[in-house]
Amino acid sequence: MSFFLSHFNYIAVAILMMAGLFVLFSSGNLIKRMIGLAIFQTSTGLFYISLAKVFGGTAAIAVEPGSSEARELASRLDPAYVAQYGVDGVVYSNPLPHVLILTAIVVGVATLAVGLAIAVRVREAFGSVEADEIDVLSRVEATQPGPQA
Amino acid sequence: MTALPSSFDVTLALDIVLLVMLLVVAGAVARTRSLLAAIIMFSVYSLISAVWLVVMDAPDVAFTEAVVGAGVSTIILLGAILLTRGEAERPDWRRLIAPALACIAVGGLLVFAAIGLPGLGDAASPANAYVGRAYLEATPKDIGMPNVVTAVLSSYRSFDTLGETTVIFAAGVGVALMLGFGPRASLAPPSAVIGDHHVVPRVAAKLLIPLVALFAFYVQFHGDLGAGGGFQAGVIMAAAIILHALVFGLRETMAAIPPRVARSLASLGVLLYAGIGVICMMNGGGFLDYDYLFPPSVEQQIPGWLLGDSEHAHHWGQHFGIMLIELGVLLTVSATMVTIFYGFGGRTVEAARQEAKQ
Amino acid sequence: MIAFETLHAAPPALTAHAPLLMVVAPLIAACAAALAPSARVSWMISVTGSVFAAWMALAVAGEVARRGVVDYVIGGFAPPLGIALHIDGLGVMVALLVSSAGVMASLYSGHSLTTEVGAEKHTLVQSGFLLCQTGLLGLVATGDAFNAFVFLEVSSIGTYALVAIGEKRDRRALPAAFNYLIMGTIGATFYVIGIGFLYAATGTLNMADMAARLATLDDSSVVQAGFAFVVVGLGIKAAMFPLHGWLPGAYSYAPSLISIFLAATATKTSIYLMARFVFDVFPYGAAFGQAFVTWVLAPLAATGAIVCSLQAVFEKEIRRILAFSSVAQVGFILLGLSLATVGGASAGLFYLGAHALIKITLFMALGGVALSLGARRLGEFAGVAREAPWSATAFAIGAASLAGVPLTLGFLAKWRLIEAALQAGAIWVVVVLAIASLLTFLYVGRMLEAIFFRAAPAGAPRAREAPVGVLAPLWVLAGLNIWFGLDASLPEQLANSAARALLGAAP
Repeated sequence: MSFFLSHFNYIAVAILMMAGLFVLFSSGNLIKRMIGLAIFQTSTGLFYISLAKVFGGTAAIAVEPGSSEARELASRLDPAYVAQYGVDGVVYSNPLPHVLILTAIVVGVATLAVGLAIAVRVREAFGSVEADEIDVLSRVEATQPGPQA
Repeated sequence: MTALPSSFDVTLALDIVLLVMLLVVAGAVARTRSLLAAIIMFSVYSLISAVWLVVMDAPDVAFTEAVVGAGVSTIILLGAILLTRGEAERPDWRRLIAPALACIAVGGLLVFAAIGLPGLGDAASPANAYVGRAYLEATPKDIGMPNVVTAVLSSYRSFDTLGETTVIFAAGVGVALMLGFGPRASLAPPSAVIGDHHVVPRVAAKLLIPLVALFAFYVQFHGDLGAGGGFQAGVIMAAAIILHALVFGLRETMAAIPPRVARSLASLGVLLYAGIGVICMMNGGGFLDYDYLFPPSVEQQIPGWLLGDSEHAHHWGQHFGIMLIELGVLLTVSATMVTIFYGFGGRTVEAARQEAKQ
Repeated sequence: MIAFETLHAAPPALTAHAPLLMVVAPLIAACAAALAPSARVSWMISVTGSVFAAWMALAVAGEVARRGVVDYVIGGFAPPLGIALHIDGLGVMVALLVSSAGVMASLYSGHSLTTEVGAEKHTLVQSGFLLCQTGLLGLVATGDAFNAFVFLEVSSIGTYALVAIGEKRDRRALPAAFNYLIMGTIGATFYVIGIGFLYAATGTLNMADMAARLATLDDSSVVQAGFAFVVVGLGIKAAMFPLHGWLPGAYSYAPSLISIFLAATATKTSIYLMARFVFDVFPYGAAFGQAFVTWVLAPLAATGAIVCSLQAVFEKEIRRILAFSSVAQVGFILLGLSLATVGGASAGLFYLGAHALIKITLFMALGGVALSLGARRLGEFAGVAREAPWSATAFAIGAASLAGVPLTLGFLAKWRLIEAALQAGAIWVVVVLAIASLLTFLYVGRMLEAIFFRAAPAGAPRAREAPVGVLAPLWVLAGLNIWFGLDASLPEQLANSAARALLGAAP
C-alpha cells in the first residue's frame, strides 16, 4: 500500500485539528471559540483511534474461541497473520486508545459546559460575547475604583 | 512480515470517505457566521466521527461520541446561543494572518511527526503490540468479561475513570456556581408553546420517558458484554429527564428533582466510586483492587462451584466491583447533566422573561 | 537535618496507603463539602480534608526518606497494565508544598469567602477548591502519563468557574476565566497530543516504562514532536513566557482564596511535571533534549524574567503587579533548572518553594486588607499601614523576601541561584538575575511606598485590620519567610533530595 494511503489518516486528522484551532484563534465570538475548541479536542481523539486500528481487526469484544464467528473472522485473513497477531485465533484492534479517548471525550464535554456557562455570564455582565467589545469595556473598568465592602 | 493491508479494501475506502466529509464540515464551520449553522454542523461533525469510529472498530467510543457530541454538546451550545447572540462578527482579514500562521506551524509539526508514524493498521507497531495486546490476552484471565474496553476502563485503569467521573462532578459544580443561583421566578411550563390542546406530545412523552430510562439501564448493564457502560447510560438517563422538562416545563421537573438533590446525587456517585476503592483497601488490597471487594470471611461462604474451575474462574469481586463503580458513574453523570441543563434552562427562561419586559 | 521518617507519627496501616490517601482524602472531602448543610460545616470539612492530605504527604515524605522512592499500585495491576503512583524526592517536595498551601488557604477561606462570594455558594466553592487540591496532588503522585492529564483537568475544570465567581467584586473576572479556560484546555490538549506520539513510539503510558523504552529508541521525528507538544502544553499551564497570557487576569480577579492557592501551587505543579518529562522521561543527553534546554528553555526563561518584571514595574493594579511578578519568577525557576546541574536544579527547586511561600504570603496579606477595602489600584492602598498595621507588616515581610533582602528566604533563594550559575560557568545567567532583581526592587518599592509612606487622601474609604482568622495563618507564613531566611536546613534538604531524584544522581 502506498505511503500516502497508509498515512492519510494522520494527515487528515492534523488538518482537522488545525481547523479547530483556527476557528478558536481567529474568532472573537466566545461561543464560536468554544466550538473551535470542541472540534480541536474531538480531532485529537481521532488521532488516537487511528493509532489503534489493526488491519483485519475487529472491535475489542472477545469472541468465543473456536466459535463459528471466530472462524468466520479468521477465514478472511492470512492464517500466518492471524497466528502472529491474533489472540485465540481472532485479530482485535487495540482497546487502550479507545479507553483513553472515552475519558478525553468526557473531559471535553465538561470543558464545553463550563466554558459556555462562563460565556453566558460574560454576556449578562458585559452585554456582549465579542472579545473586542469586552476588551473595551474591561479597559474602562480598570479605571474605576473597587467596590466597597 | 509486513502487517499492512495488502489492498485497497472496504474499511480503508470508508475511512477515507468519512475523513474527507469531516474535512468539508470542519471547513464549513470555519466559514459560517451564523452560530446556529455552526452548531448544527458541529453536531453533524460528531455524528460523522461516530460513524468513522465504528469503522475503526471503536464502538464504545462511537457510542459516547454520538451521545455526547451530537447530544449533550449540541443541547448545551443551543442553550448558550439562546442566552447570547446568534451571529458572530466577521473578523477583519488582517486579523486572520497570525492565527493562520500559528496553525500552519503546529500543523506542520504534526505532519512532520506523522510521517515517522507506522502506517494505519500496523499490527506490529509499538502502540498495538505492547500494552494494548497485553490487555487482550490478560482480560479473560484477570477479569473474565468479554468487553475488553470496559475491563480496561473500569478495572485496569479504574483510577483514570475515577478522575474522569471527578471531572464531570467538577463541571457540575462549575456550572452550578455560574448559572445555578439567582432569581428564577418564572419557571412556568411553556404553555404558550405546548398548550393543553397539544395532547400528543404529552402522551408521547409519558410513553417515551420510561422507555428511555429502561434503555439507559440496558446500556448500563450491557457494558461488560458489548458497547455501553455507566457514562453512556448516565447521559441517556439524563435525556429522559430533560425530555420531561421540555414537555412538562422546568418547574415540574425541578419539583420532582430539586437542583440541590441533583447536585447531591452527583457527589454521591463519586463517593460511591471512591468508597468502593476504600473498601477494597480496608479488606487488605490496594485501592480499587476488586479482588478484595469481599472480605475473606464472605469469600469463604461462596460455594466452590460458583467460583468455577481454575481455567475459567469466575471473578465475583471484579464483576461486582465494576458493576458498583459503573453505578457511581451513572449517578454522577446523569445528575450532573441534569444540573447543567437546570443551569442553562433556568437562565433561558429568565432571559426570555427579561427580553419580553423590554 | 529533619528526620521525616518519624515526623508524621502515622500508624503503619495508614502509611502503607499514604500516597493514595493524600489524593483521595481531598476528593472525598470535596464530595462531602458539596453535601454539607451549611457554609460553616463545609469550611470545617475543607480544613479537615486539607489537614489530612498534608498529614499523609508528610507520611509519604517519611517513606521516601526511608526508601528513596515510593510506588503504590492501584487496582492490583502492576504497571504497565495498571496505573501506579510513583513519588520520589521531587514529588515529596511538591506534594508537601501543595498540601501545606491547601491547609493555609482553607484556614483563610473561613473569613474571606463571607465577603467575596454569596453565602449560598460557599459549599460549592469549598468543594471546587478541594477538587483543585485533589487534581494537583494526583498530578504530583501519579506515575502514568495519561493519568496525569486526567488530574490536570480535575484541577482545572472547577478552577475556571472558581476564578469566574470573582465577578461579584470585579466583572473582569469573567473574561479572564474564559481566557484561562481556553488557554488551559489548549495546553492540556497539546499535552494529550504529545502523549499520543510518545505512546505511538513506545506503546506504554507508564512514565518509568516510557523512559526505559525511549532510551533504547533512535531519535525519531515522532519522539521529537511528542517532546515538543508535551513541553508546549505544560509550558502554557506553567505560564512559561511567552505562553503566560492567561495568568495575570486569572490571578488578579479571582476571589482571594483562589488567587492564594493558585499563586502558590498551580504553575509549580506544571513545572514539576515538565521537569519530570525533560529530565526523567526523555533520555537526557539526547541531542534535541539538550538543544531544547540550552537554546529554547533558558533564553525564554531569561526573557520572561526581565520582560515580565518590567511589566510589573509599570502596572497600576496591585494584584496584577504580583501576577506579572509570578510569571517573572517562573523564569527564575526555569533558569535554575536549565543549568542542568544538580546544583542548578537544586537552586531552581529551592526557588520554586521559596516563591510559593512568598506569593502565598503576599496574596493573603493583600486579600485580608482588600476584604474591607475593595481596593484595586496602587493609589487606593495609600496609608493602609496605619489602619491595618499587622497585615501591612506581614505584606512588607513577604515583599522584602520577594525582593531578596538579606535575612529573608528570598535572599537565600536568589543567592543559591547565583552560586549555582557561577559554578556552572553561566555568567550571563548571573547578569539576567541581577537585572531582574533590580526591577523587582523597583516594583516592590512602589508597593511598599504606597502602603506605608503615602497618606490616605481625605474622604477615601478606610481599611480595617483583617480578622484574627486571617492574621493567624498570615503571620505563620510571614514568620516562615524569616525563619527559613535564618535557618534554611529544611527547604535545603528537600530541594537537594529533589534535585538528586530529578537528575538521577547518587544521594
